[in-house]
Amino acid sequence: MEQFIKKKIIQVKKGDQSAFSDVVAFYQDKIYQHCYRMLGNKHEAEDMAQEAFIRAFMNIDSFDENRKFSTWLYRIATNLTIDRMRKRKPDYHLDAEVKGTDGLDMYSQLASTERLPGEEVESRELQRYIHHEISQLPSKYRSIIMLRYLEEFSLKEISEILDVPLGTVKTRIHRGREALRKRLRHV
Amino acid sequence: MSCNEKYIKRMHDYLDGDISAEDESLLRRHLEDCEDCQKHFHELNRTITLIRSAERMEAPAGFTENVMRKLPTEKKSVKYKRWFKRHPILVAAAIFFLLMIGSLSSTFNQGTDQLVVSTQEELVIDGDTVIVPAGVTVPGDVYVKNGDLLVLGTVDGNVTLFNGELLDSDSQLEGDNLMASAGGVNGDLETVDQTFEWIWYHIKNFFKGLFSF
Repeated sequence: MEQFIKKKIIQVKKGDQSAFSDVVAFYQDKIYQHCYRMLGNKHEAEDMAQEAFIRAFMNIDSFDENRKFSTWLYRIATNLTIDRMRKRKPDYHLDAEVKGTDGLDMYSQLASTERLPGEEVESRELQRYIHHEISQLPSKYRSIIMLRYLEEFSLKEISEILDVPLGTVKTRIHRGREALRKRLRHV
Repeated sequence: MSCNEKYIKRMHDYLDGDISAEDESLLRRHLEDCEDCQKHFHELNRTITLIRSAERMEAPAGFTENVMRKLPTEKKSVKYKRWFKRHPILVAAAIFFLLMIGSLSSTFNQGTDQLVVSTQEELVIDGDTVIVPAGVTVPGDVYVKNGDLLVLGTVDGNVTLFNGELLDSDSQLEGDNLMASAGGVNGDLETVDQTFEWIWYHIKNFFKGLFSF
């Protein structure tokens, strides 16, 4: 797959815009999910994920093909979401909880229309609960936990994506794991 | 839980795959004995499993199409810029060449009409023609630009002609004097009268100047 993406990137660099749609299609779920977990809001997540792809396209010339494209793309997306969180107005912060439940409502609607069997609903609720607990972590721990366990990046790659020293990544992942351990130990 | 700190650090190192064999065996031995640490380690592992099972999401429908629609259509200028960026040496060469042609043609055109002659007083100027009169010997090099040269006498040196030609004395004089008045040049004769040679002459001078730095 790396090879496929690499080929597409070279085509995009040569000016073939349509080759980029394959790149977007391949990464859209991951990047959208990443933005959603960072921001906790679907509309913002969609905006930022789109913006991340657009920026990647505009700056494709500065991307070195010998490096991993996903690392570069996640870096763009992560920086955008962090910027967005900083720019949030104070009142935006107050209803962060509401936004979390807003997301839950959408999902419960979805679940009720699909009429899932009891067991599956339960696991879905658990998944949602875990998602909620992750979203309650401070963003500097959250981003690392997500990149490590949901996107399966190595610690070194995470240090590149976040532009943070490896030692700091280690400290943060330790703290993030401890914090989640406390939150999830009763599950 | 006082024994923990050190071992908890080791647990995390272990989870990051960043533990020495020595520390790992120490950790294992400790976990066999210490129930608290066992529990802690178990919880950490379970936490990771739980994180991994968090719900996965898909991008909204039409996501790719929306992105593609929002991409800026490449303007021609962007394409040129992109090309320039990728071929810096070609661009530099092209600019250099253009400037050179520009400066050459400007110096070339500047003095096209004006007759320039070296300063020997023996030379006679008749319109656009410079004449070395019969029976006269002109000392030193003769230089004529934008004019023709007719040599009836003798030039005691090199002759350089720019944009002009050496006239045949036959056409100017008749019959008898021919043998007696046949002009001569006691040196090299160089005629430069074509644009290309003109450019070449300047290029040579330019590089001479360049390398003398």
